[in-house]
Amino acid sequence: MTTSTPLLELRGITKRFPGVLANDDVSFDVRTGEVHALLGENGAGKSTLMKILFGLYQADEGQIMLRGEEATITSPTSAIEQRVGMVHQHFMLVPTLTVVENVALGLHDARKLRPDLDAVGARIREISEEYGLEVDPDIDVWKLSVGERQRVEIIKALYRDAELLVLDEPTAVLTPQEVDDLFVILRQLTAAGTGIVFISHKLHEVLALSDRITVLRNGRVTGRTVPAETDRQQLAEMMVGREVDLAPDRPIVETGPVRLSVSGLHVTGDRGTPAVVDVDLDVRGGEILGIAGVSGNGQRELAEAIAGLRQLDRGSISIDGADTTGVTPGMARAAGLSYVPEERMKDGAVGEFDVAENLLLVDHGDSRFIRNGLFDRDQIETHAARLVEEYAVKTPTLHTPTSSLSGGNIQKLIMARELDSDPLVILAAQPTRGVDIGAAEYIHRRLVEQRGEGVAVLVISEDLDEVFALSDRIAVMFDGAVVKIFDRADATRESVGLAMTGVV
Amino acid sequence: MSDFFTLTVLVGTLASGIRTAMPYLLAALGETVGQRSGVLNLGVDGVMLLGAFGGYYTVLQTENHWLGVLVGLAIGLGMGLVYALVTIVFHAEQGISGIGIFLFGLGFSDLLFQELVGTPRPIKPLPKVEIPLLADIPHLGPAFFQHNLLTYVAFALVPLTTWMLMKTTFGMNVRAVGENPQAADSLGVSVAQTRMGAILFGNTMAGLAGAGLSLQLAIFQHNLTNGLGFIAVALVYFGAWRPRWVLAGALLYGMVTATRLRWQSLDIIPRGASDVAAMAPAIITILALVLLASRVRGPAALTKPFSRH
Repeated sequence: MTTSTPLLELRGITKRFPGVLANDDVSFDVRTGEVHALLGENGAGKSTLMKILFGLYQADEGQIMLRGEEATITSPTSAIEQRVGMVHQHFMLVPTLTVVENVALGLHDARKLRPDLDAVGARIREISEEYGLEVDPDIDVWKLSVGERQRVEIIKALYRDAELLVLDEPTAVLTPQEVDDLFVILRQLTAAGTGIVFISHKLHEVLALSDRITVLRNGRVTGRTVPAETDRQQLAEMMVGREVDLAPDRPIVETGPVRLSVSGLHVTGDRGTPAVVDVDLDVRGGEILGIAGVSGNGQRELAEAIAGLRQLDRGSISIDGADTTGVTPGMARAAGLSYVPEERMKDGAVGEFDVAENLLLVDHGDSRFIRNGLFDRDQIETHAARLVEEYAVKTPTLHTPTSSLSGGNIQKLIMARELDSDPLVILAAQPTRGVDIGAAEYIHRRLVEQRGEGVAVLVISEDLDEVFALSDRIAVMFDGAVVKIFDRADATRESVGLAMTGVV
Repeated sequence: MSDFFTLTVLVGTLASGIRTAMPYLLAALGETVGQRSGVLNLGVDGVMLLGAFGGYYTVLQTENHWLGVLVGLAIGLGMGLVYALVTIVFHAEQGISGIGIFLFGLGFSDLLFQELVGTPRPIKPLPKVEIPLLADIPHLGPAFFQHNLLTYVAFALVPLTTWMLMKTTFGMNVRAVGENPQAADSLGVSVAQTRMGAILFGNTMAGLAGAGLSLQLAIFQHNLTNGLGFIAVALVYFGAWRPRWVLAGALLYGMVTATRLRWQSLDIIPRGASDVAAMAPAIITILALVLLASRVRGPAALTKPFSRH
């Protein structure tokens, strides 16, 4: 193989789904020993392209060339046989099996009556040492941290002699330190000749890691560049197709009285173990407090306790001076709280309900919408039409089922419903997770606007960029506790990232 | 009550409890493997009834117990193929499909019985197999080592099933597809084949359990199992999907049943209360189920059909 022959070359890949052109004449190549980033928003066609490469979909048009020869990939197994490895965004691991068992699953030499787990374990140790992928082969996977699970995924691919490794949004679930560790590992892999496809929508990571960058939008390639010749702003514009504002302007606002106060809060999690440990927080009117942290460190339980959705063990919560400790969600709302939940389709909206109905969820008992004991459809539609217009929710009609909208539009719909009630406190959990840049930009602007109107805003986010773009102060949660609160001016990515691992 | 606490009666009750546990254990072990692969089979009772009739009728005609056992196994395997077709190939909802299998087994076994036999005629019961030397130990021998062969088989299958689940490639695949079928699929493990294997194993065991029941009781009648198959499904939950705990559940159930029968024959339970007492095993098992099993999480993909997209 000469160095001029790419390891992988996708030529003119087109994939159609009913009503959607998911990939439109996409060409993309990876050379040995390089990281080629595939950048794009949700729905841009990155995943479809990689599913074609991994044999989960078949392309309607175009060719896959591996090491200069046309390849047919009909299933994940045939992809593995042709030395293509994939680390999926949602890990393909069986938590109740050990690391060795996870690696041994489906291996050819495991088709015998009994798998030779000792041999597999020995080889795992070799791979671990060679690439610094530290993990104990005999441990159950559910006991591993997210970063360790990711290493198991990489080991799985390397065990199968992958020469081409596709990583789908690998940093989405990692702490900044874990991201650094991952990058070290990936550089070692490229040094050993592995070609890597790095799928991401995080601009600074793409810039930091990649040798080349290809940008996808609406299924088409909209840009090819190298990190030296571009920057975050330009990449964002290639992704979105217009000018974007990555950080909203935050005018100086005089902060008001404390609107949300949490003190000495202890909450038990779903597993019966302490999830929130002695948390004290005060959020003033006109202030955005960002809560940074890797998910699973008590943020969800904290939010649910404030919103009245989860029992608390100890401590107190007050909204605008009124005690709301242990109240129902309705009472918390009545005290002035608006809640944008983390799981928007589970806790934020009812998928089968139409847009107008979802906009009414909080106010359905309001006398404005009731006439003679029944819903007043005209009033409801007028109300919904106004909110859809005001919050730029893109929907075909007011009676479209909410589940058929995009993530960004569902989130705008929830924001519209929550902000319309003139809240005193807004609690927004992961407000832009899985949302396109355009909608995220809009949602950020709305939150900053509320801050300007004297509302106390509590934003919980795993996305450090988001926390930094919005917050006046940054609280970091680790293992259920608020380990540190930074003033925006004193916070750096490094210091916050370090606090996220519990080091203060 | 003092009649009960004599050595002979206690030993007899113990032996009877172990015997009673046999069909529960066989059916529940099979269902354990099925559920570990992510497939719930509520049709166990129906398959058992068919196996029970098949085994009974074969022995009635041929007087050959092992042919009867073989027919029970074959009927289980056949029903397994049907259930695999319905749930794996056609992705039907498992709960409803299982109830369909149960109703079919209940009705069809009765129909065959009415057409081919009519009134219950007893058959020769399964012979006792006395384990050399061990059977002669006073008290312990009669309690543990003087049972029919299927009872020994059922108990031997407990470690064998554990070994299969935990040590073999098939068992590893079963556990994987029951927990995260997407992961198994992405590594080239066929989810359909693995689940099919687990379903066939489970149903074959149910067929065997049915034949074991009718051959042990040496009789067949309408609804012979009387819900035994459903108890077996409950025992899987009771046993937290682990064969040795399933064994504990089957033994508990068997012992309570045997004790109840013994107390009734000794008039410890008044005659008027015998119907209430008949519920005791079920109530005790369900209570234990509620208290113990809710703490262990089952296979994550249980009852979820798998498809790639």
